[in-house]
Amino acid sequence: MANLTFAGAITDALKNALNKFDNTMIFGQDVGPNGGVFRITDGLQDEFGKSRVFDTPLAESGILGMTLGLGHEGFRALPELQFSAFSTEAISPIMGQISRYRYRYGGTRNLPITIRTPFGGGVGTPELHSDSMEGLFGGIPGLRVVVPTNPYDAKGLLLSAIESNDPVIFLEHLKLYRSVKGEVPEEYYTVPLDKAAVVREGTDVTIVTSGFMVHESMKAADKLEKEGISAEVIDLRTIAPIDMETIRKSVGKTHRAVVVQESQRVAGVGGNLMSEIGERCFMELDAPVSRVTAPDTVYPFVQIENEWIPGPEAIVEKVNETIKF
Amino acid sequence: MAEKLSKLNFDKLVEGYKDNFKMYQVLDEKGKVVDEKTMKEFSDDELVALMEDIVWGRALDERTIILNRQGALANYATAGGQEASQFGTLKGLEEGDFLVPGYRDIGVSIKHGLPMHQAFMWYRGHVGGNKYDKDFPMMVPQVVVAGGITHAMGVAFAKKRKNEKNVVLAFTGDSATSEGDFYEGINFAGAFGVPLIVVVQNNGYGISVPVHEQTAAETLAQKGVAAGIASIQVDGMDPVATYAAARKAREYALKENKPVLIETLTYRFGPHTMSDDPKKYRTDEELNEWKKKDPIVRLRTYLVEKGLWEESREEEIKKEVTKEARQAIEKMNQEPEMKIVDLLENMYEVKPQNIKEQIEKYKAKEQG
Repeated sequence: MANLTFAGAITDALKNALNKFDNTMIFGQDVGPNGGVFRITDGLQDEFGKSRVFDTPLAESGILGMTLGLGHEGFRALPELQFSAFSTEAISPIMGQISRYRYRYGGTRNLPITIRTPFGGGVGTPELHSDSMEGLFGGIPGLRVVVPTNPYDAKGLLLSAIESNDPVIFLEHLKLYRSVKGEVPEEYYTVPLDKAAVVREGTDVTIVTSGFMVHESMKAADKLEKEGISAEVIDLRTIAPIDMETIRKSVGKTHRAVVVQESQRVAGVGGNLMSEIGERCFMELDAPVSRVTAPDTVYPFVQIENEWIPGPEAIVEKVNETIKF
Repeated sequence: MAEKLSKLNFDKLVEGYKDNFKMYQVLDEKGKVVDEKTMKEFSDDELVALMEDIVWGRALDERTIILNRQGALANYATAGGQEASQFGTLKGLEEGDFLVPGYRDIGVSIKHGLPMHQAFMWYRGHVGGNKYDKDFPMMVPQVVVAGGITHAMGVAFAKKRKNEKNVVLAFTGDSATSEGDFYEGINFAGAFGVPLIVVVQNNGYGISVPVHEQTAAETLAQKGVAAGIASIQVDGMDPVATYAAARKAREYALKENKPVLIETLTYRFGPHTMSDDPKKYRTDEELNEWKKKDPIVRLRTYLVEKGLWEESREEEIKKEVTKEARQAIEKMNQEPEMKIVDLLENMYEVKPQNIKEQIEKYKAKEQG
């Protein structure tokens, strides 16, 4: 066991993968000597050589087009996109090609690639760096979309993603890189790609969430406990697929659900989650499913981002509304 | 260059660009050899085999158009006129070389090894068209035209890494050279030094938009200069020139681990697809001018003169193609119809909950 940051756990997973699978390759902008702008690949080129870990030109579409070609030839390609907000440059390879690959080949071929990229906000990046595009990716059939929230899961989920023969988008929350630490086994292990985690048990309301909002929801649950409300918190871990079974069980117990997401109301997976809960758990519900989201502006300028991103207060308020319905 | 710069004469700077990209030719329109040295590098058998391929390509194109009119296929992007660009360059490849075709390169894909009934299934819109044998060295036809170049670059990267002595050839068209992926693909290929040959089939139009309206560049080959890679413009109606260019490019790409861009100047005699009317954007005069450059006519002239070819052989090939196509259609018709369940099965190797649920739902429907 080692006490690692979220970032450290991801680096550890990449080392495990490079050791275990000869056909893995890490590439992207500044991932070589520079170790990536968030230092996730720090030291990896020295340890594994330039043929396994290397820099590419700055061109997101080219990086992911190359990924598809390498995947076609059996490589477990692990490209890093420097910021997920830049992936708008790569919508064609992601949405038009990579996600459709297995379907187009009639299931005769797999594309065993994992795209890693930082997402979310709250760390004061310049304009057009922060964004939450998980809803967009989650709405593309053919992809798996993974959103870890703690060091243990980050390593285990990333290794599952790399092992998977289906293409995965692995979203690393910017704010979690250095702000959370935890015990992480040094050896290789995996966490399944289709199981949500009940990170706090409760009886009065289910909070369904992912990414940094898991941490904000846990804070909200602490506050609610003091008010005598017992909240269960579900960390989705993967938003494609969504583990409806875990959600259904929880809502069957609490009879109330609040969906919390960092992205805007029109974006994210919140709308889809609400309708799935509504459709599958209607007879169990004592109140309408409701949600906490960011407002429908584009991702905000830095000086106001902390007001924009939903926090524990907004979650407590929404839970209270649901309880009092 | 220094003198031009000292005068800051920008028009003068541009003026010389195309001088570096004179069209390469071996056999002219009249079937006369203009590059004896290169011509001697080809055996009689190789030239006859080349002729057989381009005649076969033309015959298949004509047959496929008929099949569309009969309603046997859903559409077709015609390729008549582009045989030198397609079959000539393909001839430059060797066993195991990898092909990344575009949607107009179906005939040439068959020559590369794609079973004809699958080629037809692709045009009919059936998944069976894309179910390739595990080791078949080809990607499914690319539709988002320049995207294929980035994929081909990735495959070429893999070939080099695995130390396989094979090149990757990507077919694309003039319009693709306006897309970002074209430049990203050739730029990466140059930066990483991979054995990739990109064949830009410049047939003069992106569906209806003429090349001179697509770009200020007077040649498309010169676009390779920005990526620092070897580029050449070849007479795309001269099958010996395209054959020679691809063969040399292959040697170079493997020996030097460097990419090559080949622009072939060509023309499609037919419509863009079966739903296109070329009379809306080009004239009969222009078409007739290009028909004088027909690759089949010039190679026939040369081979007949040498006593290596008889026109009757072309009739035989046409008959063979008609027979092959008929058998392929029969085989296609025997393939089972698609089911939503199968398509759901094809989405992921490990099926997620939502897919499993939907498979159950459609199973009940499709069996019931």
